[in-house]
Parts: sequence; structure tokens; C-alpha cells
Amino acid sequence: MMFENLTYMVPLIEIRHLTVGYEENIILSDVSLTIHDKDFIGVIGPNGGGKTTLLKAILGLLQPFRGEVVFHDCMTEGNHHRIGYLPQINNIDRKFPISVSEVVKSGLMSKKRIIKKYAPKDLEYAGELMNEMGIYEIRNKAIGELSGGQIQRTLLCRALVNQPKLLVLDEPNTYVDNRFERELYEKLRRFNENIAILLVSHDIGTISTYVKSIACVNHSLHYHPGNKITPELMEAYECPIQIITHGKIPHTVLHQHES
Amino acid sequence: MENLMSLLAMNFFRNALLASLLASITCGIIGTYIVSRRIVFISGGITHASFGGIGMGYYMGFDPILGAVMFGIFSALGIEFFTRKADLREDSAIAMLWALGMALGIIFIFLTPGYAPNLMSYLFGNILTVSLTDILFLTLLTLGIGAFFILFYRMILFISFDEEYALTNNTPVRLFNMILICLVALTIVLNIRVVGIILVMSLLTIPQAISNLFTRYFHKMIFLSIFFGFVGSISGLVFSYVYDIPSGAAIIFALVLMYGIAKLFFIVRKSFTQKQHAL
Repeated sequence: MMFENLTYMVPLIEIRHLTVGYEENIILSDVSLTIHDKDFIGVIGPNGGGKTTLLKAILGLLQPFRGEVVFHDCMTEGNHHRIGYLPQINNIDRKFPISVSEVVKSGLMSKKRIIKKYAPKDLEYAGELMNEMGIYEIRNKAIGELSGGQIQRTLLCRALVNQPKLLVLDEPNTYVDNRFERELYEKLRRFNENIAILLVSHDIGTISTYVKSIACVNHSLHYHPGNKITPELMEAYECPIQIITHGKIPHTVLHQHES
Repeated sequence: MENLMSLLAMNFFRNALLASLLASITCGIIGTYIVSRRIVFISGGITHASFGGIGMGYYMGFDPILGAVMFGIFSALGIEFFTRKADLREDSAIAMLWALGMALGIIFIFLTPGYAPNLMSYLFGNILTVSLTDILFLTLLTLGIGAFFILFYRMILFISFDEEYALTNNTPVRLFNMILICLVALTIVLNIRVVGIILVMSLLTIPQAISNLFTRYFHKMIFLSIFFGFVGSISGLVFSYVYDIPSGAAIIFALVLMYGIAKLFFIVRKSFTQKQHAL
């Protein structure tokens, strides 16, 4: 069974011995990780541990000090990588004068090539996505008029409109209500049937039921090819979050890492 | 009325009208960009840094506006470059540039023998003395900005909204930022002749503040800002002629008055609709 799965694993991105940070400060050192097609990796770890830094290195926003991020052929299209990115919502200026559909279409920027008009099929797909996310009715509203959840839906459409092979989400569950959070995770599970997902989250308890594997990031990275999170695991990484559940927690104790 | 018609027959007044129109268009577009992107303070820095160039022009005997163009562009590119590379806090760096430009201007003018003619017109502007050359340059700038914003409208909008996302899409963000900040500098410098260094920032922000009361869309904000800017400039021009007060100050006063009226209108309307709901 397990080997059967392995044969289908097409690698998309290989991070090899990556050391990266800002200015002189090294945030992550000697990190290696391979992201395969249809992976659903939950990235957890304490604040300042380097979760966002890892994403930025994958997105090409930070140049590695050492090591490399290798993209396999299927990840490249024209001059850009096929990654959809959902930034933390507080990176967005909510007073900026722009409409929902303009934000969604901005995800097509790399396809459109500066002056050219959008292809009709791209616009059609943008419409479908907005419909599916439940923001089609408000597509002409300015983002300043939206709730946190509606902005997240808009940004998620922007991330998906270019039909990426990998979707990267940075803390999508902050500032949204519980109803949208559950809906979001269900949607992600469905997207995951076709694309790989890398999800950074604080909410370890919830994501563990959706992700297929877990990467603990705390200056280094440890990869767990399963989705069971235990208090011991979290303690080892000083994760500042408690698991609260009713009844018995599915329980797997992973081996203590060296060092 | 007769008075106004004879005014229109005068060359200087026609120039002034044309200058108001061109100033409203350039400031309407560029102002919307800087307000949306929250780089008003950076633009203030560029404005005041260009005073150094004006002083240099006086001292070395070339057109002060040319000096202002040089200082404006250099400081714009400097801010664009250093705020990314150097570990200098951005706002402190801009404040430093702001003061340095003014200081250089003052030193140059002090060193210039004799007295500096028209210095006041650079500080406070004088739309009634705008020359044909000024109008020519403003026309070129208007055409350049217009073409750039029409051709690359979406790109400008998307980069301004979320620069980081644009970078992940491998779009030429740095190039666009550089061109845009140069257009900001040119707009500021060429409009110095119209309203002066001290007041040019208001032409870039007050029409936008009024427009923002009516719309939350980038393109509508541009058109409304041009409209309000033009109405404000014309009213200011007439005020300035009738009451014999400096034109730059009169224009700003007219704009602020328009903002006040518009704001009041919205406050009254809001309280009125609330009352209706209560009934």
C-alpha cells in the first residue's frame, strides 16, 4: 500500500540545504524538504521560528545565503513558477482603492504579459472561482467594504486563478470566523485532489485533521510523514499552542530528534 | 462678467488656465498613486529636496527648475534605492533628505551675490507668471504620464496594491517602481511653478481626499481628482485675481473649502438617513 503511493509521488520542488534570513541574521539553517505533487504539508513551529521565511524562500522573495530551491520542469510556465500564494491578511492595505474582481484578476498578471488583454478563458475561470468561493455577487465592491473572511476568499481566488501546481498559505485562519475556517479547510481538501498545498498555521489541532504530513520549523526543519501531532512533539519544538480536545486524542509518539 | 471676459482675453490668464488644467491632470493621476500607495511622506521629501536644486540654479546661473529636476530625480531614486538596501529607518532617512535639500538651497542662495529674484515664486508659486516653456514641459509630462498610466494601468494598480505578490509573479516590480517614482518627482518639480514648493503637496493630496469621499476605486479616484483639482484651481485663480492675493495660497484655500463642503454634505446626509431609519 505504502509503496504504491510512493510510485505516484512526483517531486515539484526540492529545497536542498537551504540557509536563509534577513540582512545578517540567519533565520533558517541547513533546511531540506521535497514537496511532491498532491502533498498537503502543514508547517508548524513557534513565532520567529522561520515559517514565513521558509515560504518567502520558496516564493523567491528571499535569496538563499547557502543551498538552493530547485523547481522541477512541471513547476515552471513561461517566466514564472506555478505557485499560488495567500499572504497573511495584515500584509494587505484594506483601504487601497481596488475592487474584488480587480484583486482576483491581478493573479493573472504573469500570464497576461504587461500590456496584453486577459484571455477570455482566464476571465471565465476567474468568474467560476469567484462563484465557487461565494464572492461573485460582491465582485464590484471595494475591498475596504469587506469582512476579514471575504478578503481571505478574494485573496484565495487570486492565488488560484493562475492554476498553480502548489498553493502556499500563510496563516489563513487569522481574523476569520469559525464558519469560514471550516469551509476553508474543506475547500483546501478538495483542491488538494489536484494540487499540492503548503499550509502555515498556528492552529495545530485543526490542521492535523486535514494535512497529510507535518513540517516543524524552528530554525531548522523536521519533516514528519504523517499527520499525528502529540504534546510531546510540540513540546520538543516549544510550540506555543495547546491541544484541547474531548475524549481520546489519536496518539503517536515520534522519536526525539537528535541535537 | 465683462470683467471676466476681458480677463480671458489676456495672454497670461489663458496661460494660467492651461497651467491649471495640466497641473490638475498630472497631480490627479500621480496624487492618486501616492495617496493609494501611502508614499505622501516620501513625496514631501522629494519636494523639499528639490529646493536644493533651485538654490544651485541660482548660484551657478542656470534655470532653477532644471536644478530642481536634477535634485528631484536623484532624491527619488535615492529613496527608492536606500530604503531597500540600507538598514536606515525609512521615515528618518526621508526627514533627513527633506531638511538637507532645504539647507542646501538656503546655503546656495545665501552665497549667490545680489538678491535672488523670483525666489518667492518658487516657494509659493505664481500661476499668473507661468511661461510658455513651463506649459510646454507640463504638456509633455501630461502626455507621458497619461500614456504610461493608460498602457500599464493594471500593472501599476496591482504592484501598488500588493508589491510582494507582484514579485512572486515575476513581474518587473523594481523597474515600475523606479519609473513611477521618477514621474512623481517630475510632477512635483514641474508643478512648483504653479503652486510652489510649500504648497505642491496639497495639490497632490486634497483632490484625492475629496474624491475618496465619493469613490473607492482607483480609476474613478483619478478622474474625480482631476475634476476637483481643476475646479479648485480655477476658483483659486479667480479669488486671487479679484482679491489680489497670492494664487498658490488661494488655490489651496479653495480646495480645502471644497473638501469641507463635501465632508459636511456627507455628514448631514448620513445623519439624515439614520433619522429616516429610526422612524
